[in-house]
Amino acid sequence: MSNAGFVQLFPVMIGLSGILFTLGVIGVLVRRNAIIIFMSVELMLNAANLAFVVFARALNQLDGQIFVFFVMTVAAAEVAVGLALIVTIFRAKQSINVDDIHSLKG
Amino acid sequence: MIIFGALALIAIASAVMMIVTRNAVHSALFLVVVMACLAVFFLGLSGPFIAVVQVAVYAGAIMVLFLFVIMLLGAERVGARLERGYQVPLAIIFALAVVILGGYVLLQMQNQPIQVVDLPTNQIATGTPEAIGQTLFSSYLFPFEAVSILLLTAMVGAVVLTRDEKKRSP
Repeated sequence: MSNAGFVQLFPVMIGLSGILFTLGVIGVLVRRNAIIIFMSVELMLNAANLAFVVFARALNQLDGQIFVFFVMTVAAAEVAVGLALIVTIFRAKQSINVDDIHSLKG
Repeated sequence: MIIFGALALIAIASAVMMIVTRNAVHSALFLVVVMACLAVFFLGLSGPFIAVVQVAVYAGAIMVLFLFVIMLLGAERVGARLERGYQVPLAIIFALAVVILGGYVLLQMQNQPIQVVDLPTNQIATGTPEAIGQTLFSSYLFPFEAVSILLLTAMVGAVVLTRDEKKRSP
């Protein structure tokens, strides 16, 4: 988009990033389903990505976009391991409600 | 302009629905909508490569993994019951704290606004695959290799974690 349009939209995008991050925090705090909590974490990562790209555009540098790329790869690795953990916990406990998972002993 | 405003509203509404809805599959699909909206934002912010990666990796691979696990566990409605009493007010307090902190930072930004670099449209740095690759394999070569090792470790970790206990040799 053009420069003028971007200057106009800049606060909207930063605000959107903040709101999405806050919604992710709320999701982590209020939901008890481990998978939903995990999805909320992904939402927070996405909000951070949006902020990275907006600031990269504002400063006319590509480094922000490179960082988004790294965040995405780390998120993919995190999801793989995290979901494997959830599957293992579900096999042991027959539940992924985080309130039911309070003992270290498998 | 109107498109991006509408997209922002759709993204926020979907994120709210993702948290509120009781069915985990619906949650995952709402999250896909949020990610698609963000991909369009990335396109508008001169990052075509990031936008495509967002759709392919996030909306594609990661969400398929989520849906797969939800359906594998049959966990669509697990954890749908109401939370324990004392947690709800605590959650509201912490969420409010985050909102207040974020709002404070935004207000500080208004005092010293970030100077958007003023350039003609043809000089805006665009995140084409070529430009991203140039930067990735010059300035960011070491982090790139580190990420490859991280991905390998994650893959091995996921396989080890989900391996059936009984089949392990004693």
